Amino acid sequence: MEVLREILTGLHPEVDLDRELGLIDHGILDSFDIVTLVAEIDAELDVVIPPEELTPENFNSLAALSALIRKLQ
Amino acid sequence: MSLTSPWFAVFAAAVLIAYYHVPGRVQWKVLLLASMAFYLWAGAAYLAIMLTTALCTWFAAVVMDRRLHSPGAQRSAVKAQNRQLLTVCLVLTFGLLLFCKACLVKPLSAALSGSHISFLTLGLPLGISFYLFQSTGYVMDVYRGTAAAERNFFRYLLFVSWFPQLIQGPISRHGKLSPQLAAPHPYEEKTVALGCQRMLWGYFKKLVIADRLAPAVAVLRETQGNGGAFALLALLYALRLYGDFTGGIDIALGFSEMLGIRLPENFCRPFFAKNTAEYWRRWHITLGEWMKDYIFYPISVSKPFLKLGRISRRRWGSFGKRVPVYAASAVTWFVTGFWHGLTPNFILWGMLNWGIITLSQELAPVYRRFHGRFHLKDQPWYGWFEMVRMFLLMNLVRIIDLFPNVGDYFRGLWSLVLPWEPVRLPLTGLDWWILGLGTAVMLWVSLMQEKGICLRERLWQRPTARRAVNMALFLIILLAGRYGVGYDPASFIYNQF
Repeated sequence: MEVLREILTGLHPEVDLDRELGLIDHGILDSFDIVTLVAEIDAELDVVIPPEELTPENFNSLAALSALIRKLQ
Repeated sequence: MSLTSPWFAVFAAAVLIAYYHVPGRVQWKVLLLASMAFYLWAGAAYLAIMLTTALCTWFAAVVMDRRLHSPGAQRSAVKAQNRQLLTVCLVLTFGLLLFCKACLVKPLSAALSGSHISFLTLGLPLGISFYLFQSTGYVMDVYRGTAAAERNFFRYLLFVSWFPQLIQGPISRHGKLSPQLAAPHPYEEKTVALGCQRMLWGYFKKLVIADRLAPAVAVLRETQGNGGAFALLALLYALRLYGDFTGGIDIALGFSEMLGIRLPENFCRPFFAKNTAEYWRRWHITLGEWMKDYIFYPISVSKPFLKLGRISRRRWGSFGKRVPVYAASAVTWFVTGFWHGLTPNFILWGMLNWGIITLSQELAPVYRRFHGRFHLKDQPWYGWFEMVRMFLLMNLVRIIDLFPNVGDYFRGLWSLVLPWEPVRLPLTGLDWWILGLGTAVMLWVSLMQEKGICLRERLWQRPTARRAVNMALFLIILLAGRYGVGYDPASFIYNQF
């Protein structure tokens, strides 16, 4: 969770990750951010996120992304 | 049968009457029959191509789905088998598209000039890009396990061949469109009235604005070495393409809406975009989404690109993190350009878009520092400045479409810095008035929509005003629409893709 928080903060330092539940729906993360995030997660956590998991629901919040990583680990 | 032909009006009316007079459970069969008849009108050979590709993709999806859900199957083994089947399916469908684009498009121009005519002079099969995008997207979703396969071939065939979107899109997703096509839709006055109004709005943009501009754009395209003509071409082509493409989409969406079927929006006022990435989220949305989901994402998260990310990160640190994203984006833009046409200008168009987006990303920290110091974003005019800047920039990129010989495009760009000369256009004073007023109306409607005001709902609340607007639109289309010698209302620009 902390590694994920660091990665996301690196991309968007202005976002309050504990409150924001619409990272995709509110247009904060774009497709470039998502792909950068996937590459960072692969490098830092050794977890590969397949294309079918690149959905708004999985990337809308820090909690949703953490749940996805736990599922894939 | 073009969406702007009188035959289409008769055909659409017949479909509407039949659709609302049969029981709900068989309404989808009316739509399927109508789609087959529409396609048969274009040519039996085209229908055969579509049926074959639909059968292949349907079969592949059903087989993959069965394997995925067969009890006791090993997931990794099934995945490998399905990957093989998906590869065969994609090679066949995109191979067919490539063959059609490479072999059928060029001879068509030869046919039009009266030379050699054979089977290969048929031209691009109607809507082949759009139905192949839809069907391959569906097969990839089934492969990924994010969609269930449709067991009924005829229902699947309707999803692939739904005729209003065959001309130039939008590109729909199976999960969104197919349930709507299959569901019964009782007659509702509001749905039919709003759909009809949207069709009228589409015809207005296409016949009154876009087609009126066609001869002027053709003359400007042939004018060499005049910066004024080149600048005017960039401006008028923007208006023509916007009117033609969004008009056609409005007709497709409006007719579907009359039947209670909602197709995805393909435009969101693109000329209000403030940067290139935003522009492409507003223009041809369904193609952009398709490219993102089925090309950009799979490439970006593929093993070679993740490996490239690790290597580039070690070598170039922070910049290295962005290298695989830029590389995947380059591939996606190359494919998008290649899809538009197999000529160098479309490849240049794709790579130029990629270059501008990449440069914007890299310069983002510089912009942030600049705005942190000068606070221009707080100024009320700055948003408009960004929109005008983007509009002018995209105009210069967009007209590459018109120059298969890239050298002509660069000569045109160079002519902008040379003395400008007057140019005579085949437009009368009345044409300019109609274009000016029509553009002002389009701009006003867009401004209202941008402010979040739903004009259609407001009009629906005022029946007298609604009828007056509909009647006015109908009369304007009838009296000010472009028909007759020298005009070709039968064709839509995006039909050729």
